[in-house]
Amino acid sequence: MQISGWGQYPIVDATISQAHSKRKVSELLQTWTTDEESNPPQLIARGLGRSYGDSALAPHVLQTHHLNHFVEFNPMTGDITCSAGISFAEILELFVPRGWFLPVTPGTKFVTVGGAIASDVHGKNHHIDGCFSQHVSSLQIALATGEIVSCSPSEKPELFHATCGGMGLTGVIVQASFRLIAIESAFISEQTFKTANLKETLELFEEHEPSTYSVAWIDCLATGDKLGRSLLMLGEHTSSGELQAHKDRKLNVPVNMPSLLLNPYSIQAFNTLYYHKQTQQHSIRDVHYEPFFYPLDGIQNWNRLYGKKGFTQYQFVLPKSAGLEGMTRILQEIAKSKRGSFLAVLKAFGKGNDNLLSFPTEGYTLALDFKIDDKLFSFLDELDRIVLDYGGRLYLTKDVRMSEATFKQSYPNWEQFQAVRHQYGADQHFHSLQSKRLGL
Amino acid sequence: MKNILVIGATSAIAKQTIRLYAKQGANLHLMARDEEKLQTLAQDASIRGAASVTVQKLEVNDFDEHEKLIDNAFEKLMSVDVVLIAHGSLPDQQACQQHVSTTLREMNTNGLSTISLLTLLANKMENQGKGTIAVITSVAGDRGRQSNYVYGAAKGMLSIFLQGLRNRLFKKGVHVVDIKPGFVDTPMTADFPKGALWAKPETIAASIVKAVEKKTNTLYTPWFWMGIMLIIRNIPEFIFKKMKL
Repeated sequence: MQISGWGQYPIVDATISQAHSKRKVSELLQTWTTDEESNPPQLIARGLGRSYGDSALAPHVLQTHHLNHFVEFNPMTGDITCSAGISFAEILELFVPRGWFLPVTPGTKFVTVGGAIASDVHGKNHHIDGCFSQHVSSLQIALATGEIVSCSPSEKPELFHATCGGMGLTGVIVQASFRLIAIESAFISEQTFKTANLKETLELFEEHEPSTYSVAWIDCLATGDKLGRSLLMLGEHTSSGELQAHKDRKLNVPVNMPSLLLNPYSIQAFNTLYYHKQTQQHSIRDVHYEPFFYPLDGIQNWNRLYGKKGFTQYQFVLPKSAGLEGMTRILQEIAKSKRGSFLAVLKAFGKGNDNLLSFPTEGYTLALDFKIDDKLFSFLDELDRIVLDYGGRLYLTKDVRMSEATFKQSYPNWEQFQAVRHQYGADQHFHSLQSKRLGL
Repeated sequence: MKNILVIGATSAIAKQTIRLYAKQGANLHLMARDEEKLQTLAQDASIRGAASVTVQKLEVNDFDEHEKLIDNAFEKLMSVDVVLIAHGSLPDQQACQQHVSTTLREMNTNGLSTISLLTLLANKMENQGKGTIAVITSVAGDRGRQSNYVYGAAKGMLSIFLQGLRNRLFKKGVHVVDIKPGFVDTPMTADFPKGALWAKPETIAASIVKAVEKKTNTLYTPWFWMGIMLIIRNIPEFIFKKMKL
């Protein structure tokens, strides 16, 4: 079957196997990895296919979204155990009405728990609460042999820290335990600041560090003194409003749009309008968690807006010290190239964690969507050089094209990661197109 | 609060239907062959909001056990508002053509076991004088085709049995729903290439809950199968026999 990541590039032919139970995952792995007649298949687990590039693509894919049972819930503490194919959307649907919310959530709720751990996802509260995996107390993983083992920060910590952020390359995550946070309302008190340029944006992030949630949408085509002008949004859970879960989305992009739809003019127009949609310098309102955390989830298949050639999201982080200078350089390059992005999202990260391939480090991260065309990748190679110059790196979950050298330079723990994979026999069996490209 | 009895509870469609009833806070009694899966399902249902969940191992082709297990289910639930029968298998048509034993086994699994259970259930429901019996049959039961007529014959037999049962129990206040799904993406159909006609078990489950509420007689699900089957049923046999279906 033909599959691709969220960016619809590349599209590859894969054999897909479904697992509806932990036992089935075990059995499948046992059969594949002990089959001596054929070469061991290159295998990767895949949940809802929301990683943008080629990290959940391989000749053989183990589909896990049917592995979706709740196992345990403690209504006193919010501790939950569930199988890895449960999506964040399902958790919210069930637990928001009971007064619980995810401790960390990425910009879409259509990710599985297993995928969130493998990508070590972060959210708008990274500067305070870290990554999702930092709220995981333990997980179960099916190793290449089919054996299911538990690991946690104290039990087999090396396996835990390789698996969290490990892009599925250590085995198949089948179950996880983590703690939800208590909320009184499904609403978020949102403050929006309109900033004139990048310096002001970064200063506001600093100033509002104690805010639980913060993120900025940045007009990536503005130049000169307006370079980096943004709408910075802060959020806090409120106590007013009901505990109502999100509703099903109504809009859909039924087919791929003509790729001309997104061109320098339409993107510039959108960015300018979006920036000016906010007329006041500062505003406060209560919004439901859905538009606050998941503005794009309201449009089903929005990835089709980029046309059939697909798109990629370029997300990098620069250390805090390099912040203003490095970001300025990159934004200048982008503005000069006229390759605007509809959505350019800027966020201040807090400290990194102990996971070997985790993306966030203290500093600033910027995420930009680019439509794929013949010249895009050479342009991104230029951006890579700037990112590396400033000691930054790219997010594996979004990546589809970085070079092995770039990866190995910017993820210094990769050798340790390989050693853990080797120790658990994962390096022979678990591979994605991405891991092959990055020399893992 | 509704009391729901589910037979073949670990099937993909049943699993999703159970979740919907769990969310409504129902009392559930779940029966299936695989005890490990039943346990997983029960934990899941109670976290999702079921007021109570009990489970019972059931081998559908062990007919002698049926009476005891149905009695037990009614003892557990006291009264039953909805019975859903969802077990089944997808026979290998070629193997059925080669071996009588395979054909008979499939007939038991997909047809006779359900008729045995329904015979017992119908009397219980009749005594109780209320409730709904919902049985998952198939669009395959509407017309025999060379590619899976063993399965089709078993499901078709059920549909006719259900018609009679509906007629009999109507005056006793018991309703009978015949659920005819089209192609559903489940572990049973894992090996089929999936096209536009394929539906998710979640979609089927939602339509089942609605059909039970509305006391629908025959539910084609998703809805467009009603049109498809109308056409298929009406193709003259002298043409149909030449078709590759």
